[in-house]
Amino acid sequence: MLSNEQRIELYYWMQLTRAFDDLMVATWRGGRGLGGVFSQRGHEAISIGSGYALAPEDVVAPMHRDLGCYLLRGMAPVRIFANMLGRANGVSRGRDVNLHGAGDLGLNLVGFISHLPHSLPVAVGVAMSFTYRREARVALTYVGDGSSSAGLFHESLNLASVQKAPFVLIIENNQYAYSTPLSQQMNIADIAVRAASYGIPGVVVDGNDVEAVYAATKTAVERARAGDGPSLIECKTMRMLGHAIHDGAEYVPRELLAEWEKRDPIVTYAARLVAEGVADQDELNEIAHRCAVEVADALAEAERSPFPDAATVTEGVYAP
Amino acid sequence: MNAAVVSANYGFAEAERSAVEERTLTYIAAISEALREEMARDPNVLIMGEDVADPFGGAFKVTKGLSDEFGTRRVLNMPMAELGFIGAATGMALMGLRPVVEMQFADFISAGFDSIVQFAATNYYRWQGAVPWVIRAPSDGGLRSGPFHSQNPEAWFVHAPGLKVVAPATPADAKGLLIAAIRDNNPVIYFESKPLYRSLKGYVPPGEHVTPIGVAQTMRQGDDVTIITYGAQVHQALEAAQTLAVEGIECEVLDLRTLKPLDEEAILAAATKTGKVLIVHSANRLAGVGAEVAALIAERAFEWLDAPIARLGGLDVPIPFSPPLEDAYRPNAAKIARMARELARF
Ligand SMILES: Cc1ncc(C[n+]2csc(CCOP(=O)(O)OP(=O)(O)O)c2C)c(N)n1
Ligand SMILES: [Mg+2]
Repeated sequence: MLSNEQRIELYYWMQLTRAFDDLMVATWRGGRGLGGVFSQRGHEAISIGSGYALAPEDVVAPMHRDLGCYLLRGMAPVRIFANMLGRANGVSRGRDVNLHGAGDLGLNLVGFISHLPHSLPVAVGVAMSFTYRREARVALTYVGDGSSSAGLFHESLNLASVQKAPFVLIIENNQYAYSTPLSQQMNIADIAVRAASYGIPGVVVDGNDVEAVYAATKTAVERARAGDGPSLIECKTMRMLGHAIHDGAEYVPRELLAEWEKRDPIVTYAARLVAEGVADQDELNEIAHRCAVEVADALAEAERSPFPDAATVTEGVYAP
Repeated sequence: MNAAVVSANYGFAEAERSAVEERTLTYIAAISEALREEMARDPNVLIMGEDVADPFGGAFKVTKGLSDEFGTRRVLNMPMAELGFIGAATGMALMGLRPVVEMQFADFISAGFDSIVQFAATNYYRWQGAVPWVIRAPSDGGLRSGPFHSQNPEAWFVHAPGLKVVAPATPADAKGLLIAAIRDNNPVIYFESKPLYRSLKGYVPPGEHVTPIGVAQTMRQGDDVTIITYGAQVHQALEAAQTLAVEGIECEVLDLRTLKPLDEEAILAAATKTGKVLIVHSANRLAGVGAEVAALIAERAFEWLDAPIARLGGLDVPIPFSPPLEDAYRPNAAKIARMARELARF
């Protein structure tokens, strides 16, 4: 059971994610960005609900639409904005773009590559290292509906299953892979049914309900930690903006977006917290304000930060 | 390169100027035109890839309008599974179809590597089953896109027996080489240059226009230094040549156009003409295509050389995102001019 304090924390993290995302989108649309960025608008309940179910010593390999997961695990907003802006103090020291390369083993975060879903087998391997060392830790990663079509999905889950790896896979089913709707990607209603073919549990949850995502992840994490092997959780949601900042997503029916807009994970959670007497609206407004200030400060600092020195371009290719 | 320069290169008379203007296309429009014309000509030509169908028309809009015109039977949206759909293209090709497979970015071609270099490339040699597909790979950087949306992986494929590899630098060749690739009975990797897509316009001959595979093209004549290059770097080399001409250094610029098979005669002719050779490409210098070109010249034209062969390519690091780092990584006109100037003085 989540305490009232924890429920307010969940709200805070989702709100911080949204505040960062809104500011990022406005900055890039305003022409002050660099390169492309992915909005995670509408996915906040997935990355926060799942990430919140983990212990700090667990390892996460987030994907491109999991901003909240980085924030939740303690990556400072300024490091992320600085990464997006190619600054020397960004997580990847100007080497990689947007959230790519935002790995930090000090925060138990594995950075991803563009090629999807390559974090999947890597996260399985992280989990196998825990089995090997007899550590009660869990590895978790995310995969989109689109990326679930790649062969690595099958290879990784089968491997995790036979190895009984302490591993949790969150599927972010947001109805689209870039412009391609689910109907052109697969002929099943729920990706979760594939879990049966690996002999592991697979469940479907409302990806816009942070507590539902939390509860499902908690169950899977406990199972993994107990040595009972991997699980799959399919979170149904909707990608509310384009694939990336340049994309207007004209191919997505507006009615579909309007329908999902009513299910906004943050707005609905706020209403629930107020209705259940967990917080009053003023308190939530104050949190939202605090988040907005926090990310604005972070962006300002990132924009003031220097670019890397060109002379360092060949540095850091090899570990010492 | 602007239209005037191109038309001058092609030697058109004043009277033909307006017709030339009319046939001036962007690099990307020339690619689309080749696809449209080949689909109209040959019912076996079809398109496969992620997000290629309308209304979206592909990440860069190269295939925009084609599924509206030819139907989704011939423009197939693929699930995100390159290894699967490249293998499927091989199967379709074995049955006599001519799939043109779009990689969303050249960087993702590695996901299908096994199927390309092990299956498709070796097939004809092993049991005479021809695999006439084309993979279109949008490549190259300078666009602040980071390590996974900027790559130039042509050397991997040049190294694989059984493939052909082309890399057009002009709208005319973008069209002509794609048509040649589609008609070729072998698997062809077609590297199209993202930085040229909309920034480069040029004359494209009307009617059927095929650029033969395996034939390089002289882009500029000069007696002092030879610059051998391909893709977007052709334009950087031409810019450098213009700068150097003001200083009295005349550069010969050779556009390879096809990387496999190399036009050995054209390379040797260009190298022996000046005796001073600079080879340039965006891809990593280390073990890049330029290394093969340099070896060819060293082996077959050693006695003609008046200076060591020079090479300029990307650094041996993942392609960095941040502007100062990417600029340090990447060859450009200024770096080419500097190296060519040194060669001229050698
Ligand atoms: C191997 C590979 N091919 C193509 C791409 C280009 N690409 C980037 S994201 C994407 C769609 C991914 O869809 P999904 O997995 O559903 O994640 P979403 O973006 O919807 O969150 C594609 C095709 C890629 N990143 N990797
Ligand atoms: Mg998706």
